[in-house]
Amino acid sequence: MEYLLASAIGALTAAGIYLTLRLRTFPVILGISMLTYAVNLFLFASGRIAINLPPVLLNNTPTYTDPLPQALVLTAIVISFGMTAVVVLIALGAYLSSNDDHVNLSDGPVDAQEPSK
Amino acid sequence: MNHWIIAPVLLPALVAAIIILVLRYQVITQRVFSVASTVALIGIGIGLLVHSMSGQIDVYELGNWPAPFGIVLVLDRLSAMMVLLTAVLALAVVLYAIGSGWDKRGHHFHALFQFQLMGIFGAFLTGDAFNLFVFFEVLLIASYGLMIHGGGAVRLRAGVQYVIYNLLGSTLFLFALGTIYAVTGTLNMADLAVRVADLPASDTAMIRVAAVLLLLVFAVKAALIPLHFWLPATYAEAPAPVAALFAVMTKIGAYAIIRIYTLVFGTDVAATADMIGPWLLAGAIVTLVVGMIGVLGASHLGRLAAFAAIGSMGTLLIAIALFTPQAITAALYYMIHSTLAGAALFLVVDMVRARRVAEDDAIAPRPAIVQNGLIAAYFFAAAIAMAGMPPLSGFLGKLLVLDAVRDHALVWLIWATILATSLVAVVGFARAGSLVFWNVAPEVDHTPAPHPQTALTFVATGGLIAAIAMLTVFAGPVTTFLSETSAQVFDKQSYIAAVLETARAIEVENLPLEGSQK
Repeated sequence: MEYLLASAIGALTAAGIYLTLRLRTFPVILGISMLTYAVNLFLFASGRIAINLPPVLLNNTPTYTDPLPQALVLTAIVISFGMTAVVVLIALGAYLSSNDDHVNLSDGPVDAQEPSK
Repeated sequence: MNHWIIAPVLLPALVAAIIILVLRYQVITQRVFSVASTVALIGIGIGLLVHSMSGQIDVYELGNWPAPFGIVLVLDRLSAMMVLLTAVLALAVVLYAIGSGWDKRGHHFHALFQFQLMGIFGAFLTGDAFNLFVFFEVLLIASYGLMIHGGGAVRLRAGVQYVIYNLLGSTLFLFALGTIYAVTGTLNMADLAVRVADLPASDTAMIRVAAVLLLLVFAVKAALIPLHFWLPATYAEAPAPVAALFAVMTKIGAYAIIRIYTLVFGTDVAATADMIGPWLLAGAIVTLVVGMIGVLGASHLGRLAAFAAIGSMGTLLIAIALFTPQAITAALYYMIHSTLAGAALFLVVDMVRARRVAEDDAIAPRPAIVQNGLIAAYFFAAAIAMAGMPPLSGFLGKLLVLDAVRDHALVWLIWATILATSLVAVVGFARAGSLVFWNVAPEVDHTPAPHPQTALTFVATGGLIAAIAMLTVFAGPVTTFLSETSAQVFDKQSYIAAVLETARAIEVENLPLEGSQK
């Protein structure tokens, strides 16, 4: 289980970093989503992996899983979801207004009639 | 419990909600509410500052949950000072936005502005590391909207870069917090300070990784090289009042570095003792050099102001990197100064833009702008402050920084860098100012120069410059207060005692983590 979770976080992070380094906004946004999935899993694991245990202290069970990371993950999911929506909208606005979805800024004036390669 | 502590967070949140829900189509009423809220925030800021001067550390427990379990807001001299600084800056910015008509160029300027203030105040007041992340996100999501306010292809594309960069920074912040929680089992700053200091030597590898990750996050905010790439395009393309408000955004990074790396990962903590300072110092020196060379090489006024902001962050972080009480005093003085001066510079740049044909801000001869002499005077006042020349407070700030590094091993390198970059900045500002204001090109096509009738913009920008002058005149009392502030920052036992006092009273058992039972 630990190996599975660790390798999943690693794979998601690697894919996320690769995609955020791409030139166009769509892969970059996908990469950011991958990174947020990775960090959500990572936060989840920061309270140690405890399977099939309640997140509250009960009288008859001596063990429990740490509830705080679950609250942290919930906050992080909400925030990253909202942020992804914002970046999609801004990227869409930038693409529609300049007809170019490259992330980098060109030095000269934006050429709206640039043919697609 | 002193309920005023949460007022700087609640008031802008309520006003923003009212503006967006009730006053959506009434620009005049929006302006009244926004200005009234900002003035009230200055009042609250003054009240909190006076209250904090007694040296007492006030804790506000949200929901009345005691400290390590609930989230706390903490008011000490440093927080109160930053709150008042932000409120004063916000008033100048909102007056400028109204005077220049920037707030009418798109929707929801005032609502986003108030939400941004809410996030900034929250970040300064919180005593919980995860809550710091949440307030960072609040201020960032408002800043995304403000950054692209008014639209336009270039601004939107610069906005995309800004948002992507900060989303990556937020992800890194979460990784750092997860690592810290995994090692210590807490995210309350005071509780963290206790637990990190008590960590056995075998467990320090993870916490050192977390400390460096967290430093990277704050370095992104503070535009420390090589993590500064988001800043020049963002500040140059953002609407001018927004860029002026962003002058305090970089300071949030600096504030967080001061807070976390004195309280939690201080120089007296074995795990991270000699790790943070040298790296920060090296980065800060390069930041200063690159920023001031950028001032010299800038081809547009917006870029000039942005690189001046980077350079001033370099000077500020040099002082912070020493982590001595005297250096932090100097850093705090320079922080107040560079916030006001950087904001004034962005506003003056916008006054030039507004008077040129097609809002052109190239540093090149153009036909004379309307009110050339007055704006030139404003520009040079802001430039003298940014470059650190007498008689304004930039000079005193740099003098304090130079004095504070006197006993450091690298004193000659730091002195040489600060003095040489000051000269470079002076040349850069003089070149830009003389080309823009004094080297007048003849009119080619007889396009009439725009003539905005905006006394309020002069009042707002002049107010910032007057505040810089006040900071210079009252440098003595201010530095006395700031040295008390930095003494309080380094007195981490009283901070810990104030926050954890209530928790100790009910003698909570220290529950072990689930993983350590296996």
